[in-house]
Amino acid sequence: MEEQAPSPVMKPPTKSKGILRWTKENLFNTWYNALFTLLAVVFLYVVFKGLLTWAFTEANWGVIPANLQIFLVGAYPKDEIWRVWIVIYTLGLLLGLSAGIWGGLALRLALVIGGVGGGVGIILAFFPAALSNRFGLLGGVALLAGSLFLGRGRKELRLWVLGGWLLSFPWTMIWLHGFAGLPTVFTSNWGGLLLTLILAAVGIVVSFPLGVLLALGRRSNLPAIKWFSTAYIETVRGVPLVTILFMAQIMVPIFLPDFRLDKILRAMLGITLFSAAYMAENVRGGLQAIPKGQHEAAHALGLNYPLTMLLIVLPQALRSVIPAIVGQFISLFKDTSLVTVIGLLDLLGIAKTVIANPDWLGLQAEVYLFAAAIYFVFSYSMSYISQRIEDALGVG
Amino acid sequence: MADLENTLDDSIIICKDVHKWFDDFHVLKGITTAFKKGEKVVICGPSGSGKSTFIRTINRLEIHQRGRIIVDGIELSDDLRNIDRIRQEVGMVFQQFNLFPHLSVLQNVTLSPIWVKKLSKSEAESEALALLERVGIEEQAHKFPAQISGGQQQRVAIARALAMQPKIMLFDEPTSALDPEMINEVLDVMRELAASGMTMLVVTHEMGFAREVADRVIFMDEGAIVEEAAPGVFFDNPQNERTQLFISQTLQH
Repeated sequence: MEEQAPSPVMKPPTKSKGILRWTKENLFNTWYNALFTLLAVVFLYVVFKGLLTWAFTEANWGVIPANLQIFLVGAYPKDEIWRVWIVIYTLGLLLGLSAGIWGGLALRLALVIGGVGGGVGIILAFFPAALSNRFGLLGGVALLAGSLFLGRGRKELRLWVLGGWLLSFPWTMIWLHGFAGLPTVFTSNWGGLLLTLILAAVGIVVSFPLGVLLALGRRSNLPAIKWFSTAYIETVRGVPLVTILFMAQIMVPIFLPDFRLDKILRAMLGITLFSAAYMAENVRGGLQAIPKGQHEAAHALGLNYPLTMLLIVLPQALRSVIPAIVGQFISLFKDTSLVTVIGLLDLLGIAKTVIANPDWLGLQAEVYLFAAAIYFVFSYSMSYISQRIEDALGVG
Repeated sequence: MADLENTLDDSIIICKDVHKWFDDFHVLKGITTAFKKGEKVVICGPSGSGKSTFIRTINRLEIHQRGRIIVDGIELSDDLRNIDRIRQEVGMVFQQFNLFPHLSVLQNVTLSPIWVKKLSKSEAESEALALLERVGIEEQAHKFPAQISGGQQQRVAIARALAMQPKIMLFDEPTSALDPEMINEVLDVMRELAASGMTMLVVTHEMGFAREVADRVIFMDEGAIVEEAAPGVFFDNPQNERTQLFISQTLQH
């Protein structure tokens, strides 16, 4: 064995450098880079000195814990908030089980949501006055982790969990709205982050399949379907979301006076139908990138159109447009703030009412920064998950 | 026309006056021929002669606009059920392999048996592994197409087509996209397939393969069959001067 001298295997040259060396090579390698570095330091100092001084000495952060419940659930009655917790725990249980059973995307989602929820839960635990149940969120994270552990490898639970997800929307709605003797909480009282998340979740979950169908429709050989899809997409893309929300709110009752649809449902409908058109164009971009040979090979093997799309074309097309699709999800999430124009009090709408409260006058900066931070946490989480998915699929 | 089936009843594919246009361009100008069960036919001709288009009409990847094509007693028409039945009886191998890049080699081969023939996963996998062994790449079963060589990909494509247990195999320039050192490993698989009695229609420029394996060579030019003959006659004593020119040009290199 010793005689076989292997040709020397060398490690690639190490890339890590000392922090001083890195600084010199990247920030001070020429005289003008050194100058820019110094200017940037001065600029950052000027900006952040003001911000940090304000944040730690002048800002009145008391407005946040004092109004935390309103920020989170709006005017939902205090005595009924346990129903929101039931919904959160149900979703935590389903997500945990899914993560345990399937791993992959569900696991990533569970880890990010569990991580963010855990962090926020720890902060909440220090504010006894803010919420009636300050350990509630930590309990939810524990439930998520527990069900993840229980679900591992339990393939036989798959159908139950899928059924659970299908029922989760009506389940959420009847708990929040009330049934069988529970006091009814009218949707006009739903608000804050709760409303934002409901609108965004429904919008994302429904507009995605709708967008895929519209994209396939636009590329269909059947003229009626192709014409309808194209007309729908182009019409919706030509109209601002605010207009669509106004139409759903004001025009529909005028044209269909006997047709009473809940205000929140109408907002969901508007957001979903709007987003579906953009989703369709993103998906179509992916469909166009699939070579003709893939369709031909699938047909030659006897796969019909639905199977060809489902098994061959869509899996490849969708993974190539994950960044665009997640981008659309993120803008949908932020666009839900437009529902304030039709009188719904989502997170941003609630922020405005808090500012208008005489007890907390002049605290715009604190309140808006808090709202912005919440939007950021959710948007960045989505972006982070999409990056992890791309890494896992070896794209991007 | 009605007795077409009867007069050629030992034929598995019958083509009668097949025409096809791409917009105004007349690609197929009245192809009439028939293929017997178990026959191996090589179709050759200069590029643009319509040979690929012709074999693609047989499993309706291209739609012929005039004439009749009958495959194993089923007439190709707009009837989707007929097209589905014919596609299950006709396997096809493409120049660019067209493997599904998001599926493993094994999944490429089992996909259609599972979803179209409704085999169970374990049944489909054991058949697929046997086919991969037959084409000599069973050890690559769990790799993805991008991780194996072109010759291996084309052999997977052949196994994938065979997994549907077709009666007829169409080969559309199966070695044209391969590096020279990989051509033989694919031709070897095709030789073995020919020896097993499969009906094969092969569009190729591999004249050595044609001479050795084919029962009949068809020469096409400008959308029509110019000459068809047994390989011995075709190569050594071609009748048409266009055939003579083509053979002298292809055998030069």
